[in-house]
Amino acid sequence: MVSPQVIDEGFVVTDAAQVSRPPSPFQKVADKAFRRLCWGLAWLSVLLVAFIVLRIATSAVPAVRQYGLDFLSGTTWDPNKEQYGILPEIWGTLYSSLLALLIGTAFGVAAAIFLSEGYLGQFVFQTLKVWNLQLHPLWGKLPDQMEGLLKNLIELLAAIPSVVYGLWGLFVVIPLIRPACNWLHMKMGWFALFGTDLSGPGMLPAVMVLSIMILPTITAISRDALVSVPSKIRMAAYGLGATRWEAILAVILPTAARGVFGGVVLAFGRALGETMALAMLVGNANKISLSLFSPANTLAALLANSFPEAHPKEIGVLMYAALVLLGITLLVNVIGSAILQRASAGLEGGK
Amino acid sequence: MPQEALVGQQGDLFPPDMNPFEGVDFSGLERSLRRPRTLVSVLLSGLVTAMTLLALIPLFSVVWMLVWRGGRKLSLALLTQLPPAPLEQGGGVGNAIVGTLIIILLATAISIPIGVLSAVFLTQAKTGNRLADVVRFAAKVLTGFPSILAGVFAYGAVVLVTGGFSAIAGAVAVSILMLPTIMLTAEDALRMVPWRMQEAAIGMGATPAQTAWMVLLPTAIPGILTGIMLAVARGAGETAPLLFTALFSNYWPISRGHLHLMRPTPSLAVLIYNFAGMPFENQVELAWAAALVLVLLVLVANLVGQSLSRRQVRE
Repeated sequence: MVSPQVIDEGFVVTDAAQVSRPPSPFQKVADKAFRRLCWGLAWLSVLLVAFIVLRIATSAVPAVRQYGLDFLSGTTWDPNKEQYGILPEIWGTLYSSLLALLIGTAFGVAAAIFLSEGYLGQFVFQTLKVWNLQLHPLWGKLPDQMEGLLKNLIELLAAIPSVVYGLWGLFVVIPLIRPACNWLHMKMGWFALFGTDLSGPGMLPAVMVLSIMILPTITAISRDALVSVPSKIRMAAYGLGATRWEAILAVILPTAARGVFGGVVLAFGRALGETMALAMLVGNANKISLSLFSPANTLAALLANSFPEAHPKEIGVLMYAALVLLGITLLVNVIGSAILQRASAGLEGGK
Repeated sequence: MPQEALVGQQGDLFPPDMNPFEGVDFSGLERSLRRPRTLVSVLLSGLVTAMTLLALIPLFSVVWMLVWRGGRKLSLALLTQLPPAPLEQGGGVGNAIVGTLIIILLATAISIPIGVLSAVFLTQAKTGNRLADVVRFAAKVLTGFPSILAGVFAYGAVVLVTGGFSAIAGAVAVSILMLPTIMLTAEDALRMVPWRMQEAAIGMGATPAQTAWMVLLPTAIPGILTGIMLAVARGAGETAPLLFTALFSNYWPISRGHLHLMRPTPSLAVLIYNFAGMPFENQVELAWAAALVLVLLVLVANLVGQSLSRRQVRE
């Protein structure tokens, strides 16, 4: 500890003018310049977004004029005949994203409940109790550590680059599910979902990998929403004699519903714009099919595959497709973040 | 027999002929798996546990495949040699590692000043400042921005303007995706700087710029670096924006002491994509090895970021 005398001495020798003096002209200019710089860079990031949208839109204008709305309903893509239509891609984008969302939400929300209700911590605690170690200084921390580890593991799913998921899907998922898919097609081919056989890349492997990729988003946001449910509400439900799942289904999930829903919408936005895993796994076939095993295409995969070797005329058309993708994802993302904002505002009011 | 036990305990309070719990069915309060509501609860708990474990299987599968198939190829040659031609044996991904580092470095250099100084603006702006709200909205829009569209934009704005595929174009595309992460984490970190410290600086007569440079930024630096490392981790793994901006090349991006920023530049992510679709065994093996290197790179960036975030000063 510093004794008061030392501080006193320090002040005695120092001239008051040296401790504090008005800013010099240079400092005033530097201050103004720095503030202007921050202001300017803040504007720059806004202008960047505007510029991106404008740049894509203006590049698409010639194609929009030439093909109009027929572009959205056309089903052929033939650069030689200059016939372009992206209905199969729009269908593939929505179909794959919705299916992935279905699987991802089921597993993501389940994982969020598992994490927020302390199942793992309780399990580890009970196991430790068998050896009477639950209050041990070292082992007693294990329940919390395991919960943290599980949360990090699920977040790790989001850290793996999508191209690695694509590689994994190509060499692990497709060979793994192919026999089962072809058996399903043989036995139940009359059912629209199993209408074709899986001859390599196709909708189902793409959807499976896509749902794994959006799961961490759903889990992270849902877990935040579930954890922030006021504990008073939780305790009230248990106090009335509700079982754990009666409390979850009737009280906790409805209270956190908006947050969970916002997370699902944001994950939908991510699924719509996901490119690499789909470009590698979906098969790039210009087809509209209900079958899970048929190859298909998505807007993002179309852009990824056609852009590198497109000739100048095709570029304009691809810009039009990019504009459509931009419109869809912007809409979904703005809706998602609006829901999340209202969800957190609603919970703060209820505390 | 809980009923009798309770009466027996409180026998002094109630006379033996008066039972206050008469007609109460205590057996209904016991937990029994024969009761549907308990059974449903236990079954759903089991289901949720099973689904969570199932969701982790892909993670372990990916990691196992990377270590098993990629680890076999891991050697010094992998890190220092050029990619092989079709049907050629051996080779490495050295140029792609260098290319990835160059693109990430350039992208970070573009996005750090914009991101961090915008965040300073956001924290210093008064509440209700219109521009601050618009900037935050723009950052949120960029967070959910499909990575392929960043590539489309960079193609239109850089590749078409400069007349060729280049590392610069790739860096511009990647920096767009890094910007929101850097900006939003930097804003959070700056907001965590204790208000007292800023007040002390202002009380000493510091100008707002001096407060920002000498108090705010140095105190918040661990949090800001966390955001940068997370953005680097995201940017390193991005493939879609590089496909038609940086393209790919089979040569070194640095040769004879010259850095070729205006030429097609190789990157690990694009190498994985290109080699995964090739019918040659050697190329596929290289793709797995490159994936292992890329995942290690991303993991290291993530871990550094997380360990830095623990040093953040909190109020």
